[in-house]
Amino acid sequence: MEPEKLYDILSKFAKSRGWELNKDKESVMFILEGLLENEKRYGYRACPCRLHWGDKEKDKDVICPCEYSAEDIEEYGSCYCTLYVSPEWNKETVEKRLVPERRPQEKIPLM
Amino acid sequence: METVKLYTLSTCIHCKRLKEFMNKLNVQYDFIDVDLLKGEERTKVVDEIKKLNPSCTFPTMKIGDEVIVGFDESKLKKALKIS
Repeated sequence: MEPEKLYDILSKFAKSRGWELNKDKESVMFILEGLLENEKRYGYRACPCRLHWGDKEKDKDVICPCEYSAEDIEEYGSCYCTLYVSPEWNKETVEKRLVPERRPQEKIPLM
Repeated sequence: METVKLYTLSTCIHCKRLKEFMNKLNVQYDFIDVDLLKGEERTKVVDEIKKLNPSCTFPTMKIGDEVIVGFDESKLKKALKIS
């Protein structure tokens, strides 16, 4: 799929969740290319900012949108890789902070 | 100037921004895109990272003895002694 097409699909999806895509389109396009690259590598859209097992069962918590995104957006205004953000984050009415890794350590790949 | 080593992912936006930041400041650094490694080599590097940063997140930067996790501009400027 082309990143531009994915952009349209995911912006509708974001809206349905009360989220938005990061207004920095250049960053978003890079993130989407990362998602599509991981889809080519593994067969599923694994988060572009995390290392992966390459095993769908073990990686399912970080298939985008990851299982941590709702809590991260609630607490920090953005998901871990800043693809999905809150409307306030885009309006810059909330301070932009680095989102720490919420994923439990035992799920993180050893290799 | 201390040696600077970055552990990055080729698909990660924070890693990309960090490299751009370092390039703009003309700071010399080595980097390894860990997602492009395979097999033994990758396991070795992941072990290396976990000694510096147990959660094995990216980017992870090593400046001399200091470790900086994530693209944190203020911490970076301090570590690089840049105003």
